Amino acid sequence: MTDAGPALLEVNNLTTHFHTPRGPLRAVDGVSFSLRRGQTLGIVGESGSGKSALARTIIGILSKRRTTTTGRIAFEGRDLLTLSEPDMRDIRGRDIAMVFQDPTSSLNPVKRIGVQITEVLARHLGLRGCAARSRATELLTSVGLSLPEERLHQYPHQLSGGMRQRVAIAIALACDPKLLIADEPTTSLDVTIQAQILDLLHRRQKAHDMAMILISHDLGVVAGYTDAVAVMYAGQVVEQASTRSLFRNCRMPYTAALMRSAPNLSDPPHTRLRAIAGRPPDMVLPPPGCRFGPRCDHATDICRNERPTLSASDAVGAHLYACWHPVASPGASA
Amino acid sequence: MMSYFLRKLLRLGVVLLVVAAASFLLMTLLPGDVALALLGNDATPEAVAQVRAELGLDQPLLLRYLHWLGGFLRGDLGRSYITQVPVMESILDRLPVTIELMLLSQGLALLIAVPAGVLCAYKAGSRIDQFANAVALLLLAAPVFILAILLMFLFALKLRWLPSTGYVPFMTDPVRNLAHLALPALAIALAEWPSLFAVLRADMIRTLQQDYIALAKAKGLGPAFILFRHALRPSSFTLVTISGLQIAATIAGALVVETIFGLPGIGRMLTGAVYNRDMMLVQGCVAVISVGYVLINFGVDLIYALLDPRVRQ
Amino acid sequence: MSAFADDPGHETASAMAAPSPMQVRDRLGFRFWLPAVWIAIVVALATTANLLPLPSPIETDFAALSNWPDRTHWFGTDQLGRDILSRAIFGARISLTVGLLAPALGLGIGMLLGMAAGYFRGRVEAVIAAAMDAVMAFPGILVVLAVTAYVGASVPLLVIVLGVLTVPTFMRVARANTLVFAQHDFVLAARAMGATHWRVLSLEILPNVVIPMLIYALLVISRIIVVEGVLSFLGLSLPAPWPTWGNMIADGQVDLATLPYIPFIPAALMFLTVLSINLIGERLRARTDLRGSAL
Ligand SMILES: Nc1ncnc2c1ncn2[C@@H]1O[C@H](COP(=O)(O)OP(=O)(O)OP(=O)(O)O)[C@@H](O)[C@H]1O
Ligand code: SF4
Ligand SMILES: [Mg+2]
Repeated sequence: MTDAGPALLEVNNLTTHFHTPRGPLRAVDGVSFSLRRGQTLGIVGESGSGKSALARTIIGILSKRRTTTTGRIAFEGRDLLTLSEPDMRDIRGRDIAMVFQDPTSSLNPVKRIGVQITEVLARHLGLRGCAARSRATELLTSVGLSLPEERLHQYPHQLSGGMRQRVAIAIALACDPKLLIADEPTTSLDVTIQAQILDLLHRRQKAHDMAMILISHDLGVVAGYTDAVAVMYAGQVVEQASTRSLFRNCRMPYTAALMRSAPNLSDPPHTRLRAIAGRPPDMVLPPPGCRFGPRCDHATDICRNERPTLSASDAVGAHLYACWHPVASPGASA
Repeated sequence: MMSYFLRKLLRLGVVLLVVAAASFLLMTLLPGDVALALLGNDATPEAVAQVRAELGLDQPLLLRYLHWLGGFLRGDLGRSYITQVPVMESILDRLPVTIELMLLSQGLALLIAVPAGVLCAYKAGSRIDQFANAVALLLLAAPVFILAILLMFLFALKLRWLPSTGYVPFMTDPVRNLAHLALPALAIALAEWPSLFAVLRADMIRTLQQDYIALAKAKGLGPAFILFRHALRPSSFTLVTISGLQIAATIAGALVVETIFGLPGIGRMLTGAVYNRDMMLVQGCVAVISVGYVLINFGVDLIYALLDPRVRQ
Repeated sequence: MSAFADDPGHETASAMAAPSPMQVRDRLGFRFWLPAVWIAIVVALATTANLLPLPSPIETDFAALSNWPDRTHWFGTDQLGRDILSRAIFGARISLTVGLLAPALGLGIGMLLGMAAGYFRGRVEAVIAAAMDAVMAFPGILVVLAVTAYVGASVPLLVIVLGVLTVPTFMRVARANTLVFAQHDFVLAARAMGATHWRVLSLEILPNVVIPMLIYALLVISRIIVVEGVLSFLGLSLPAPWPTWGNMIADGQVDLATLPYIPFIPAALMFLTVLSINLIGERLRARTDLRGSAL
């Protein structure tokens, strides 16, 4: 967060409500951040904290009939929320691409790998036939798949999980996007393959000067690959800082709990975060004060009645947190 | 891939033998005696014995089955007791009418069900969806013969757009042929599409929640492309299975509809044979229709494999 | 799998998991009660037909041939001067008799087989499933036709044949439900305490399987009423001159152009009855699905 230059993506007070019969469900509630070219922002939070909802809001693939979005998503200066659907379709897949959590469900089971790659090439670059095929082969090679020509004719079920995620990354990178949103790209994979995939993403990102939003529920994953981190709880960002500052000096009890509960390498893969006691709040009727209050050891009356706002802890204004009683940390005065 | 077909083929063989045996046994094991049924209850024992010998009824069951099966495979289903016409000849005579009727009605049913199912899944919960569901619910409760009579009353008798009864072979005059088949086929299609529509809509709604549809959206693809090129195929497995089983309902539909509209198809012939207790003809029709039904469902299994690459393994 | 995109199921399921029993009763609504009232009327009329002050359903009245509906004959008379209201009410008896008895038979056999298959699994299940596949390999209507051709049209026969044809579907429903409940703690506990198979099946599993079976049976009943309609339309059910809705429609079809009320009155009755049963079944099924998911 040091070098200047205009932001590639600037999200301002973004809110996404799912329409449910019980009323609006605030999956994303007043989120703001900005991201520059070549930078990686980590988004961390428990299951259900609204990470995927945020990702899907930004790329604009939520149903307009079932959700309401307000706020501003400025991408290269244009507000994506005011763009027409056809204009938005031109941006999706070309300028902003996405990798999903589980490659088994994010690749179409009845379409050949080749078709799933070339249809993006045809849609955005007008590449067809031989040109499209050779570009697809190139892409598969660049994500480290062996025998790329043969893969084009295979179906997803004929590949291993790690290989499928590589295909999904190849699809996302097909048009050299300026922003890649990776929604828990390694959660469904084995630990050994996780690192390979993250390294691959990191390398491609550096090579293309691409910005990336890396979503995870595992702070440990995020640590090595991000410049900044936003911690989400119940649809809101509760702490946001450079990765360095966050790990050295975390202030929010929830972030601290997340850090304590980071999974061990000895855990079986797919182990979910269970360590924080209690359940996330009902997002249709969230608690009035601090949303983490009911589960927080430090909670007092003010926590239960008044909502802490996201504010800076230091003079530079780079480390933001929302908490009445931030945890004391070495080297900082609370 | 190969082993999948081999297994299916083996299964087909077994099912065909079972169905053939069942058609044969149905006529043989039921209470009552064909000879008596033929000659009437006051026939002399000698006459009965003679007829039984003529029909080979005095031989052991297995021998008779093999004999019958051999004939069946050679296309010889015996002669009608009543008209003396070879059963196969009568069936081949009538079969094209019924096949055309069934193809038309099934095609028409799919032509209504697929676009409606796709659209309603896409707009699940909307006005259009609610309307289509209400129509489907109503039609699901309307038996095919009631629809047939209603259509005949409206379009043939009142509006006089289409003929009410009769038939013209396709080769003679394709237009008039289709005019005669339009209402019968529509009646069956109207009765059949709601169940096709319902399964497609339900599966499609499930498909549209899948991540690969989210990915397709994230690729910047348009809704029509996503619905028909990404979502339709993985949503049509149940539809294909159902439309195979649905043939059974279509056969029942053809039976009444052919009778109502006076089409010279196999259904009307079978009903007639049942009235006249023309056992050989009944048995022949049952065997041919059942075998056809089994073959169609075999074809459906193959289509299934084409649709879903995962099945082929 | 994520629960994103257009996801009505997700939302409704989570929203409906909570309501109190009172709210559920309210939610049955007129889409349940209106059909229920119709079915009650049809059943009441059909069962008390003999006691009602109706003209004979089979006696011809040459003074009143083909009368359109009027004050003396509410539904008119047919080509032989028979009162259509009376015939329709007596005809309902056949639809209801076949429509109730055949599924009852199929439910009884299907439930026994399905519970055995789902509880014992293994070879028992394989044999039962194979037998059911064999029954299903035939288009059912052909079996009915073939048997009638041999034995002649009669209502008991129809009940037996149609009943047997419904066994496979009932078997599947029973098996699926048994599979679910056989894994529940209360069944495992009963087994652990040394209860015999018979005790477990009859005391622990049966009560849980019966309700979904009965609701499913509604669907089968409406389908059987239609099949009986087809068969009596073809003249293969109750022999003339006794009325069934199907043969009334068939008789009326002859003069469809000039006397449309003759076939359309029984047709409408049949349609409304089948529709009502479907609506009731749909409402009840929605309700038990909720219970299932709330467990
Ligand atoms: N289609 C939907 N309709 C209604 N609510 C939804 C829908 N999809 C998600 N939600 C709700 O939105 C909230 C945020 O969900 P989201 O999937 O964004 O969480 P997440 O942080 O990505 O969790 P995970 O780590 O499990 O992926 C949850 O409370 C969820 O129940
Ligand atoms: S505001 Fe209060 S309840 Fe919320 S995290 Fe801080 S201390 Fe805990
Ligand atoms: Mg998620």
